[in-house]
Amino acid sequence: MSPMYSDQEHIVSAYDRDLEAIQALVMRMGGLVEAAILDSARALETRDVELAEKVRAGDRTVDELEVQINEECARTIAIRGPVSQDLRVLLTVFRLSGSLERVGDYAKNMAKRTSVLVEMRPLPGADSALRRMAREVQLMLKDTLDAYVRRDAELAEDVRQRDHDVDQMYNAIFREFLTFMMEDPRNITGCMHLHFIAKNIERMGDLVTNMAEQVIYLVTAKMPDDSRPKGDETPYMRAEASDDKGE
Amino acid sequence: MDDQRLTERSVDQKEIKISAKNVQVYYGETHAIKDVDVEIEDNTVTAFIGPSGCGKSTFLRCLNRMNDTIDIARVEGTILLDGEDIYDKRVDPVQLRAKVGMVFQKPNPFPKSIYDNVAYGPRIHGMAKNRAELDEIVEKSLRRAALWDEAKDRLQAPGTGLSGGQQQRLCIARAVATEPEVLLMDEPCSALDPIATGQVEELIDELRTNYSVVIVTHSMQQAARVSQKTAFFHLGNLVEFDETGKIFTNPEDSRTESYISGRIG
Ligand SMILES: Nc1ncnc2c1ncn2[C@@H]1O[C@H](COP(=O)(O)OP(=O)(O)O)[C@@H](O)[C@H]1O
Ligand SMILES: [Mg+2]
Repeated sequence: MSPMYSDQEHIVSAYDRDLEAIQALVMRMGGLVEAAILDSARALETRDVELAEKVRAGDRTVDELEVQINEECARTIAIRGPVSQDLRVLLTVFRLSGSLERVGDYAKNMAKRTSVLVEMRPLPGADSALRRMAREVQLMLKDTLDAYVRRDAELAEDVRQRDHDVDQMYNAIFREFLTFMMEDPRNITGCMHLHFIAKNIERMGDLVTNMAEQVIYLVTAKMPDDSRPKGDETPYMRAEASDDKGE
Repeated sequence: MDDQRLTERSVDQKEIKISAKNVQVYYGETHAIKDVDVEIEDNTVTAFIGPSGCGKSTFLRCLNRMNDTIDIARVEGTILLDGEDIYDKRVDPVQLRAKVGMVFQKPNPFPKSIYDNVAYGPRIHGMAKNRAELDEIVEKSLRRAALWDEAKDRLQAPGTGLSGGQQQRLCIARAVATEPEVLLMDEPCSALDPIATGQVEELIDELRTNYSVVIVTHSMQQAARVSQKTAFFHLGNLVEFDETGKIFTNPEDSRTESYISGRIG
């Protein structure tokens, strides 16, 4: 039996089949969202409007999967009366699918902005920095899904710690955009879009971190302590520092 | 979070009503209850769960010495009610059973009127000086059992003419009529439909304000709904005893986990 499921089978075997089916849906959703992150970042870097359009269209499937997972969870809760581990699996699945849906939305948003950005002149290094950041978030998501399948709380904790790196990447990008905008006001519109994209990727990282915490809860029956390094205050300080420079 | 839970728990800490230590029960050669230690709190519903034959009923019957009536049964260890050994030679089992009442799986009203069913115990124990006092006890008991409104106009009708759920509430009224301190219930709802079950469950929760209630149930959902403490028995052992919420969300023992989640243990 795959390690994805408890080592003991239910007496009512249809219960196992239900749980397996729901979990398979989450993995499918996870795969689609991972691809959406990568594709939207690549579409941005290469200004590939067609690929961006594909990401936007694909988000429909992700949304539908979320609805389907919610329905299956509700049905299983109503019919099987899950407790303990089984209940944690369903609560986890329910929350993972909610987070995945939102990560998918951010990817879609990134794709939308790509269509606008094609008409603007590119900023040196910005797209590849954003792609690296998106790549990092996608890896975090992949590891979170692996941690979920393997019931691996350590790997999930590792993901949680890596959110700090994404925050730092965001801070660096933010500072760079400020500079571009001060250098030349014609950069402002493009930078605003790119900044929204950076912020969205940073938010994806937060959502994936929540997912990792949910996996830790699934495995240990406890939410992890709040001992995660946070790096999202820097931009506010930087913004002030930059104001000073401007005066 | 955990701190807060601990505080709540300590505020919630109830007096110990029954304290069992090292309890063994044998039926001839069969060792049916092995080394059971448990503390039953006052004003609390404690549920006993576990697969058939694990010893729930046997242990329940120890608590009011019902096992005395089974020839081959032998009970060892100590069981204290309010600190006093109920197996002490000086304890009269009949008196004990008035203090520790019991409600059985199948409603078993006597083939008498509703009134006489409830008045039976108080009469034996000479609890009423006159008819007026007895009337009062009967009314109070029927009210406690949430049966008064349905029964008050037909007190002389036979108890056996009531519906299943009403009969079970009549048995509860009969059990509470002797002013017990503990109520033992062995699968009290297994012969009832969902509505009657709901009414009895509601009643069990109300009874908790006056009594310590111990209920044996085969329904996980029922244990989760009505009890504050749950004991899981397996093959004569008490495997785990904890707050009901804990047992159903995160039990310590894998045997408990398997049982409550319907897995092959
Ligand atoms: N009167 C009896 N005589 C002999 N063995 C009994 C008697 N009552 C119960 N047992 C045995 O004791 C064990 C526990 O039974 P019981 O307490 O009825 O379990 P439960 O209530 O959990 O289903 C079982 O193995 C059962 O066969
Ligand atoms: Mg029994």
